[in-house]
Amino acid sequence: MTEKPVKPTKVEVETTGHEWDGIEELNTPLPRWWLWIFYACVVWALLYSVAYPAWPLVNGATPGLLGASTRKAVEEDIARFDARLAPIEAKLVETDLTEISADPDLANYTQNAGAAVFRTWCAQCHGAGAGGNVGYPNLLDDDWIHGGSIEDIYTTVMHGIRATDDPDTRYVAPMAAWSELLEPEEISNVVEYVLLISGQDHDAAMAGEGALVFEDNCAACHGEDGKGMREMGSPNLTDGIWLYGGDRATITETVAYGRAGVMPAWGYAEEGAIPRLSEADVRAVAAYVHSLGGGE
Amino acid sequence: MWDFIKLIALGAVAVLAALAATQARDLPYLVNAIEVVLAAAIAGYWIYKTRGQGSSASPYEYNDGVIRAGVIATVLWGVVGFLVGTTIAFQLAFPALNFEWAQGYLNFGKLRPLHTSAVIFAFGGNALIATSFYVVQRTSAARLFGGNLAWFVFWGYNLFIVLAATGYILGATQSKEYAEPEWYVDWWLTIVWVFYLIVFLGTIFKRKEPHIYVANWFYLSFIVTIAMLHIVNNLAIPVSFFGSKSVQLFSGVQDAMTQWWYGHNAVGFFLTAGFLGMMYYFVPKQAERPVYSYKLSIVHFWALIFLYIWAGPHHLHYTALPDWASTLGMVFSIMLWMPSWGGMINGLMTLSGAWDKLRTDPVIRMMVVSVGFYGMSTFEGPMMSIKAVNSLSHYTDWTIGHVHSGALGWNGMITFGALYFLVPRLWSRERLYSLTLVSWHFWLATIGIVLYASSMWVSGIMQGLMWREVDSQGFLVNAFADTVAAMHPMYVTRGIGGVLYLTGGVIMAYNLWATVAKQPRNESASVAAVPAE
Repeated sequence: MTEKPVKPTKVEVETTGHEWDGIEELNTPLPRWWLWIFYACVVWALLYSVAYPAWPLVNGATPGLLGASTRKAVEEDIARFDARLAPIEAKLVETDLTEISADPDLANYTQNAGAAVFRTWCAQCHGAGAGGNVGYPNLLDDDWIHGGSIEDIYTTVMHGIRATDDPDTRYVAPMAAWSELLEPEEISNVVEYVLLISGQDHDAAMAGEGALVFEDNCAACHGEDGKGMREMGSPNLTDGIWLYGGDRATITETVAYGRAGVMPAWGYAEEGAIPRLSEADVRAVAAYVHSLGGGE
Repeated sequence: MWDFIKLIALGAVAVLAALAATQARDLPYLVNAIEVVLAAAIAGYWIYKTRGQGSSASPYEYNDGVIRAGVIATVLWGVVGFLVGTTIAFQLAFPALNFEWAQGYLNFGKLRPLHTSAVIFAFGGNALIATSFYVVQRTSAARLFGGNLAWFVFWGYNLFIVLAATGYILGATQSKEYAEPEWYVDWWLTIVWVFYLIVFLGTIFKRKEPHIYVANWFYLSFIVTIAMLHIVNNLAIPVSFFGSKSVQLFSGVQDAMTQWWYGHNAVGFFLTAGFLGMMYYFVPKQAERPVYSYKLSIVHFWALIFLYIWAGPHHLHYTALPDWASTLGMVFSIMLWMPSWGGMINGLMTLSGAWDKLRTDPVIRMMVVSVGFYGMSTFEGPMMSIKAVNSLSHYTDWTIGHVHSGALGWNGMITFGALYFLVPRLWSRERLYSLTLVSWHFWLATIGIVLYASSMWVSGIMQGLMWREVDSQGFLVNAFADTVAAMHPMYVTRGIGGVLYLTGGVIMAYNLWATVAKQPRNESASVAAVPAE
């Protein structure tokens, strides 16, 4: 029987012989795995920098053997999608707005494309679910300030509201700051009247006084009955749907300081510039918003 | 004589700053000018009171006073920085915490740079200055060079922090990440930093040891490179000498590249090289073991120093930056992986033969976890620099998680370990007030980091996937607001992680205070500068 070879016991590595404040250093060689992975990373880096644009020269840089370019890759991606969508977009632009929902292909396309446009450009103000925010109308209900037919929605998106850059915008006079024209008492009274016609708690005596103020000053835009006029862009005050809020304090603020909401003209661009949304995009988002439930 | 020259200089500074205050064109400039007047007045009063006394300290004793001050500043700024960080974490989770009454002053946009500067420059910077002064004296067996110059560096640096912080809150910013302070604050830091270099180098020159210890290589590379980065990235022309606004010298993609060359190397040389210096002294001291490999320390030092400086462009993948710069940033980051790990290996393997201490010594445990997080984030970093990974991770919370696993895990924990090592020695106490409290700190901090990092990984990867999700026709599926709503639970988790980390910091502050206040003095401790061999 031969004896099992004795495993060599680990040799204690020597120190370098230096010492600082009691700290010594062992003279352990570099760990092999560490060294080889380091070399591998360096080799890989060299190969990668030969394959891809990397080394700056006097004019430009080495283009790399693979001819890769992130700019080109993006352009190709965009071109690929543009080519794929070109036929359906052409059809969308040619089709009458009111016919879109009847065509299954266009209806399907505008649902997806319109929703994508909405999420990218509209959700910031109107909310991701189109439920609106204070000052930004809810697009799900059937209360429309500027009209809820698909043509109306198309025009609003295309040219915006009070968008001063677009000559075709829906420019409707903003609500005046009535504190410059009415006495504080008259404002308090007309606020009570608005609370009355919107079916909220109010002071009957003040509301009676306020009815006269309303007739003289507000009815021209909001109508005798306070139900609003689309051509004036004036909201219905009787339906309990409020753009800025229907409580006494908010209505008082609205009457006293006025309101002038704006929306960009998404389809407009100066001569020679590219609009933010193309004709097909505007049509798609108009069809999408029209389909959300409140469309007329 | 010298005292009177100093007094005249300080008087001139105070008068000039007061004149500048009367001409101030904006509020932050006015407030900063008044702060300078006050600082000059306080310094002048102190010099006047102590005039003619000279230095009572023996030149053969270490200058530990300035280190004690640095340790206190580190702890205080740390707690402030963690508090602001936790606050802004909850502001992101619950936007209502951006209170209406504090708009323009204490909302997220104002507090975020305050947090990053407080933790990196105030907490980390004071820790680096204090530990470098401690380490360079011990490993050179020499008192700090330049007498009271070290005190100037300490107070000057902390004045820089106060100027910067009040400037941020009042709206003075260059809008460059980690380089927000405006031109005159940058000038001040440059002056302070030059004196820091002089004190450090001077001490090395008069060392009584034949060789320069590895920790000092790292500290020195940190000081020199930060000076270079700071000056180049802050090249700007003030709009007026009496206003805080300045215009950057570079513009467009050149400015972005300069900024991220600076930003990445602030991570590389401030948060990596500097803190490796800390590790190379405090880990072997606390473990009472020799450093694992001298060769590894040389090779990984030079590889790290050479490679780090080129890796910045990986912050600008898929931007206006040309492809070639992007490629170079990526391949240098990959090559950086092993040099970074060299530090981890040397830190961890120094413990071989002393692993049992992990059970009994919570301070060693802190240092080991720190080095572990260092290894993890220096693997994660090169991985995230790969363009394909970056296309998912860029602009998401993954980056935030990565930064914090490095900052909370590596920088925070190694600093805590160093503080627990230093306080009993600097104040001549036999031991820490409570090791149980150190254990509490260890676990609170570790769980806090895990909550922070894991919630940000989940949040970041989800964000990236939601942003790029497209339907069959190539249209985006999610609105940006959808991704924000989906991140809410992760934001709350991150905030809770911050609370745990902050609690740990407060416990440490108490424990260190109690060590000084309640532990008996150890009279036998010696602070004489004697060469080791």
